[in-house]
Amino acid sequence: MWIRFEVNGTKVELDVEPRVSLADCLRDTLRLTGTHLGCEHGVCGACTVIVDGAAVRACLMLAVQAHGEHIVTVEGLSNDDALSPLQASFRKHHALQCGFCTPGMITTAHALLTEEPDADAERVREVLSGNICRCTGYIPIIKAVLEARAHYAGEDAPP
Amino acid sequence: MKFPAFEYARPTSLDAALGLLKVHGGDAVLLAGGQSLMPLLAFRLAAPGLLVDLKDVPGLGAIGIDAEGVRLGAFVRWCEIDRNARLAAAHPLLVEAIGHVAHYQIRNRGTVGGSLAYADPAAEMPGIAVTCDGEIIVMGGAGERRVAAADFFLGALTTCLEPGEIITGLRLPAWPKDRRWAFLEFARRRGDFALAGTALYYDLDSEGRAVDAHIGVIGAADRPMRLAEAERAINGSAVDADSIAAAAEAASLEVDPMEDFHAPVAYRRALVQTLVARALTRAAG
Amino acid sequence: MKPGNLLIGAPMERVEDPRFLRGAARFVADVNLEGQAHAVIARSSIAHGHIRAIETGDALAIPGVRAVITAHDLGPEVPVIPLRLQPLAALEPFRQPMLAHGKVRFVGEPLAVIVADSPQIAEDALERIGVEIEPLPAIVDRAHAEAGETVLFEDHGSNVAIRWTAMRGDAERAFANADYVRRETFRIQRHAALFMEPRGLVAQWDATARKLTLWGAAKVVFANRRILAASMGLTEQQIEMIEVDVGGGFGSRGEFYPEDFLIPFAARLLNRPVKWIEDRREHLMTANHARETECEVEIAATADGRILGLRGRSWTDNGAYIRTNGSVAPRNVAQFMSGPYDIENIALSTIQLTTNKTPAGTYRGPGRFEGDFVRERLIDLMAKDLGIDRVEIRRRNLVRETQMPYPLATITPYESATELDSGDYRELLDRCLEDFGWAEKVKLDGQLVDGRYHGIAIGCFIEGGGAGPSENARITLETDGSISVYVGSASVGQGIETIMAQIAGDALGAPFDRIRVRHGSTGHVADGGGSYHSRSTVMGGSAIVLAADQLRDNIRKVAARALGCEPAEVTLDADTAKGPSDESLALSELSEESIEAEATFSSDKYTYAYGSLAAHVAVDAKTGHVEVIEVVSIKDVGRIINPATLHGQAVGAIVQGLGGSLLEHLVYDGDGQLLTGTLADYMVPSAECFPNIRSTVVELKPSPNNPLGAKGGGEGEIIPVGGVIANAVAAALADSGAEPFELPLSPPRIWALITEAQSHR
Repeated sequence: MWIRFEVNGTKVELDVEPRVSLADCLRDTLRLTGTHLGCEHGVCGACTVIVDGAAVRACLMLAVQAHGEHIVTVEGLSNDDALSPLQASFRKHHALQCGFCTPGMITTAHALLTEEPDADAERVREVLSGNICRCTGYIPIIKAVLEARAHYAGEDAPP
Repeated sequence: MKFPAFEYARPTSLDAALGLLKVHGGDAVLLAGGQSLMPLLAFRLAAPGLLVDLKDVPGLGAIGIDAEGVRLGAFVRWCEIDRNARLAAAHPLLVEAIGHVAHYQIRNRGTVGGSLAYADPAAEMPGIAVTCDGEIIVMGGAGERRVAAADFFLGALTTCLEPGEIITGLRLPAWPKDRRWAFLEFARRRGDFALAGTALYYDLDSEGRAVDAHIGVIGAADRPMRLAEAERAINGSAVDADSIAAAAEAASLEVDPMEDFHAPVAYRRALVQTLVARALTRAAG
Repeated sequence: MKPGNLLIGAPMERVEDPRFLRGAARFVADVNLEGQAHAVIARSSIAHGHIRAIETGDALAIPGVRAVITAHDLGPEVPVIPLRLQPLAALEPFRQPMLAHGKVRFVGEPLAVIVADSPQIAEDALERIGVEIEPLPAIVDRAHAEAGETVLFEDHGSNVAIRWTAMRGDAERAFANADYVRRETFRIQRHAALFMEPRGLVAQWDATARKLTLWGAAKVVFANRRILAASMGLTEQQIEMIEVDVGGGFGSRGEFYPEDFLIPFAARLLNRPVKWIEDRREHLMTANHARETECEVEIAATADGRILGLRGRSWTDNGAYIRTNGSVAPRNVAQFMSGPYDIENIALSTIQLTTNKTPAGTYRGPGRFEGDFVRERLIDLMAKDLGIDRVEIRRRNLVRETQMPYPLATITPYESATELDSGDYRELLDRCLEDFGWAEKVKLDGQLVDGRYHGIAIGCFIEGGGAGPSENARITLETDGSISVYVGSASVGQGIETIMAQIAGDALGAPFDRIRVRHGSTGHVADGGGSYHSRSTVMGGSAIVLAADQLRDNIRKVAARALGCEPAEVTLDADTAKGPSDESLALSELSEESIEAEATFSSDKYTYAYGSLAAHVAVDAKTGHVEVIEVVSIKDVGRIINPATLHGQAVGAIVQGLGGSLLEHLVYDGDGQLLTGTLADYMVPSAECFPNIRSTVVELKPSPNNPLGAKGGGEGEIIPVGGVIANAVAAALADSGAEPFELPLSPPRIWALITEAQSHR
């Protein structure tokens, strides 16, 4: 099936089999391998991408469902020069070790803070409870996301 | 765990969707949020020939609030229920219960209709539908029919939906402002399916006694159910420590928990008793 | 030369991080080769039986399917996975064939390899494979395993693979004369490492050059290459194993699995690159399981609480085969059960059983988590029985600094003796008590507050690390003045590129950003030990220190020639080499060729990091839910390279320990079917479960066993968690009399303990 969608600001047009997941389409066809597959049954969150502003599990979505949508992957949250404030906060707080869950954490946190820049620790934990990490024990991740809030609320936002 | 091969259609009208179901029969399945369907396909527990995506079918995504109550279109997603400011006042028990569904990413996709059709015995939406005298609106080849939630769920992952039918919405009766209610579930981790849960409400007569109690449980049988004995123990009484204890005990005896490796039957019964007691205590304030 | 402390000890941000944060890392699933085919593994869905037939015709008929490989295709003798650690002849009968033939012995055992043009087609073909297995009774518990009516290995004749014995002193006499003896049976459940990146490999065979290249290597790359070469009839030089980014290991990834042979074999057979990535359901039933142990242990003590001895038997459920390191945990249960305590008389044995379940291997703190659960529970029980404060009783029994090196029990067979190297165990116990606020919190102990019972507990632990025999490093001063460090240590996510650069930087006196670390792959060093048993910093780091010394000598030699002086007269700083009369040369202009040095660090002495961990729990007696209110830990590693990354590992280890204590459980039914086959059923901690953990790492007592003075520190904090949580729950429920002896402490189990305890009153 021919589908057209936008990913990280670039329009793409592809012929995909209906059964190909959005995750596999991004990874294999578009070679955007930052989105990871940790379980392929909708539990671990490593495959999280942002579809029209909403964080979704790309392993539970078909590529054909992305027709007409705006998709942002972890690659779209970076630029070549510097790490984004959210990424820099993760690095500062050592919120990653093996790095496999990290893209999903970044996209989920970005989606959350874009909508709710004043999310408190409880809300951040609640939202990230859908992303499994086996290395960090989560505490530095929560700290990193909380510190990054300031950048989503504007310069004069309270910490 | 790649999906098996299937065709995909995205009809732009309900009639077209019904038409596809009629032609393909049991070989077609409906796709709404996909949060329950896709894992099934990933595990190859189902191998439909055709997925019918309801995304472009108009009229399924509305949340309606009026004097008659609340109407949720089948394609209403959990996140939309979260964000609807009027709904929290119009049906607080619904909103509270839905707050426990799964996780952030799933809530951005999962739908009312999908959950009702999937009929997981521990799911919140079927639980609310049954507890709150919900009515499920179904469209089929012969037109629209309405099914009382109490009659809709037949067993674990089984509903009375006929082949070729599509859930279009759920109606919940109007919610009086002074109603006492509570929702309480127990899960191993936030977002997991509940080991058991209860949704309940009652009104108070002029004497401060409970009337019209509705005590529903999820995860304690092969489908959500209302507990008539527990309701009987509360109706006509003041909701106090004694009546709460009686209702909770009745509840534990009335449920028919399935045994699985997560929890033995005796535990689930005790859990139901605890949850009903705590929920009633909370409702009573 | 002992490296200085400019970089070492600094909480530097990791050089690895940017690519992970941008989604620009390269995990094996991200490796794609032109023309690659995809493999899936057909696996047994029956736990035990005779293979009558494997029908491949229907699968081969699907367009796009390129091959279906069964045991027959592997040659006259099906290769087996060798024993990497403890290669005892007694364990050889239990080695796993690369593909099942004759019999299947666990659900998930590989039966065939399907290679197709896409993973989708390969999975479609999986459904068309016809397997005929004549089932045999499945052995899934200790009783049936020991009864031996059905055995997994008919030639061997029993399901007891081997018995390990840890002995010290005279336990017989100690128990006979003890004032106090208490004996209990403990059970630790089957659970696993569950790293987030599924296993995978990409293999490419060059038929002209007769060379194999493999991406996705991990953990013990050189050892795996040796194994692979032997099983494929190649020399090691014909195989290059490339370690890309690795998504966690925890002791489980990187051991040699059947796929590590099957995928390269398929690539060579088809003369086409083959890619294989496991899925999560497959992972749960094929990556090493761990921890399932039953222990009948007794403790002997004087009336004033001095522990005299530990005696007893443990049984580990090792699953269907003994793979590369399957005997490590059973050995450790016995040898390290005494932990940091001065226990002179020990007679502990571990019986390793074969059952029709997934094979077991090492998982963070293997055998130690289990042993500590037993010992710490016995100590708290003893304290209660003797009426002695449980903190005080620990203080009385901890090994003293003056007793070190302190010999632990000797383990046989594969006789191995080890000693605790250095440490002030009491000091850390005291610091932990203070940091935790024990004096205040103890007031809550056993109290019912807001409907929940509160309990606290503390435990002491040691962490063995720095396993030898050796590690290699090579350092090159490039012609542009930059420094390349090659080390045999493998990355499993622990920040090797950063840590090793810190060590190299200080050893060379060079700035951090001039150093680039390459690790793991066989192209980097002649041989490598790898990353396991918390050895990378100790072994790899020490090798770097030695190589750095050598490199400085080599640089001085080159500089001396150019400056016309003796090497001993040359002084080096970060940028220059100076002669005796202050004439200097820039290092980046020293030579037209790079200058290199290679070194090996060898040691046969383990290091022992140590510490204490305390926990506060609140138990809902009605639901059985245990909330972990707070965990506080402290550990001494002798020398900290990067406190931030080390702290990160500590917190991660504690959370894994909490998962193992409360949530995680690989459950089998009576037919040997794994019931927990998804991440919805196998529950690991999520971000909401354990939000209050504070962990401190200190450098108090260096290890005398290596030039860094470091002790391996990647595992430790997981070790005490089971015992401490169980003790805290027991303390909370003291009034009810409920005593937990079995993990996990799930709500139904807690509820049942309370209900049963109350019914006995």
